[in-house]
Amino acid sequence: MALNPQDIARIAHLARLELSASEGERMLAQINEFFAIVEKMKAVDTTGIEPLPHPVAAVREVDLRLRDDVASEPIEREANQRSAPAVERGLFLVPKVIE
Amino acid sequence: MSALHELGVAELAAQLRAKKVSAVEAAQHFLARGAKHAALGAYLQVDEEVTLAQARAADDRLSSGDAAPILGVPIAHKDIFVTKDFASTAGSKMLENYRSPFDAAVVANLAKAGAVTLGKLNCDEFAMGSSNENSAFKPVLNPWDRSRIPGGSSGGSAVAVAARLAPAATGTDTGGSIRQPASFCGITGIKPTYGRASRYGMIAFASSLDQAGPMARSAEDCALLLSAICGPDPDRDSTSLDGPAEDFARSLNDPIEGLRIGVPKEFFGEGLAPDVRTAIDAALKQYGKLGAKLVEISLPRTELSIPVYYIIAPAEASSNLSRFDGVKFGHRASQYADLMDMYKKTRAEGFGDEVKRRIMIGTYVLSHGYYDAYYLQAQKIRRLIADDFQQAFKQCDVIAGPVAPTVAWKIGERSDDPVANYLADIFTLPASLAGLPGMSVPCGFGAAQMPVGLQLIGNYCAEARLLNAAHRFQQATDYHLRKPEGF
Repeated sequence: MALNPQDIARIAHLARLELSASEGERMLAQINEFFAIVEKMKAVDTTGIEPLPHPVAAVREVDLRLRDDVASEPIEREANQRSAPAVERGLFLVPKVIE
Repeated sequence: MSALHELGVAELAAQLRAKKVSAVEAAQHFLARGAKHAALGAYLQVDEEVTLAQARAADDRLSSGDAAPILGVPIAHKDIFVTKDFASTAGSKMLENYRSPFDAAVVANLAKAGAVTLGKLNCDEFAMGSSNENSAFKPVLNPWDRSRIPGGSSGGSAVAVAARLAPAATGTDTGGSIRQPASFCGITGIKPTYGRASRYGMIAFASSLDQAGPMARSAEDCALLLSAICGPDPDRDSTSLDGPAEDFARSLNDPIEGLRIGVPKEFFGEGLAPDVRTAIDAALKQYGKLGAKLVEISLPRTELSIPVYYIIAPAEASSNLSRFDGVKFGHRASQYADLMDMYKKTRAEGFGDEVKRRIMIGTYVLSHGYYDAYYLQAQKIRRLIADDFQQAFKQCDVIAGPVAPTVAWKIGERSDDPVANYLADIFTLPASLAGLPGMSVPCGFGAAQMPVGLQLIGNYCAEARLLNAAHRFQQATDYHLRKPEGF
């Protein structure tokens, strides 16, 4: 199954990526070439096989733990905002979203 | 005493402890080497003041009698680890000049062990690539032949070690990014079991695969660094393994008589270049001489690991890289109409082609209606691939084969053909998907006198055994001691 230019435009929107026309065309060709090798994977019978999210879970139980919900390190706002594109009075600035 | 840059980690650490050289002198020597060979493109950033301050602190510890194994040894970090004192770019325009408020766990662990940071090393953008041509800043040249790629994504790390610009470096390996550049540059590198090293502060690419590890000249040096790098980090990395810290150098000298080395027949098919095969066959023969027993094994889904990896890794990448939206850190487009337009233009400007391609693939395979057919199916085959390894380990202790099908190729030769690059990852992807520890050990030279690496794969948490097998090989051979001409 090959993707078409509309698919590329839809995926680019979902991914929040602006693609130029020539970029979109090149991407379409490359992604379709890639999906040609993915076809082999679809033929594999995986009935009854559990997906493997943490590789070590192949041999023993691994719990994806959560840490306790307690305050730990203090939040260093200034350091955290040092590399932000636009900050004012400790707040991140974004383009207007509500009229 | 030979020139400082001729010394490996273990030797240099011994000289430092014996007060034959100071940490400041060692740091200065390597900083000068880095500046002299800046044209290789290995370093993205150095800061003499920061480095020398760390070196002075190490000298204080040394003079107080502290004898920690790597105290005072200068190393450099792949620029995928965030650092407080250096910019952290992930090789991307998106993070140009980004300053992290904290150090990655791996960086902090090595600093605690007394290592001195020489600077940040070039890599493929967000660690996506096998040639280092995807760095947004500059390519890295292979010191064995400057017209060739060094491998990737830890290309700067491999070159820094190969050209003696640093005794050792950190790297990360998602689908082979430590092992393949180590192989292409004639150095030693190890990716430990998934979960051994904390991912805290490693700029995320594919979270279920990303793993940090050392790159150095010898297995012994790698063992020293790996012991400092690894350890549980349960509060900050949800997938960190909870086993205690280990001394990975403990069994380096154990005999390997009777060690069963599994040779997967799928790694020796027609895709393997004859020159690489010759070097690998000779290395296996050398293991035979050392008393190891070669056993033919099968990893029947080796070829499938390519589509499985290139579904899972981009899927996770598309999710991880959604944080780069031009709001909290990194690049923001200067012209835009509204918020949506700001996101799209920021990401279009900040990411390079390969990163965009993987974000697109990942977004597609996770999108409504395709998740089961692609991502879930890949995760299921991933289990089958991991099971294949467990079957194989019933017949052998360690698995050996090539790291890559060819030696390092020419810069630009494959840069317009992403799928060709993906296919070349075939021998490193299976161990990545299974989360197993893997190494590259220099084992000879192939076409154009370019280095060839032997891949060793161990079972879960069997790093000490892998390093033992590699060390014994290096006691009997001198490939790891060879260096490119002019360095």
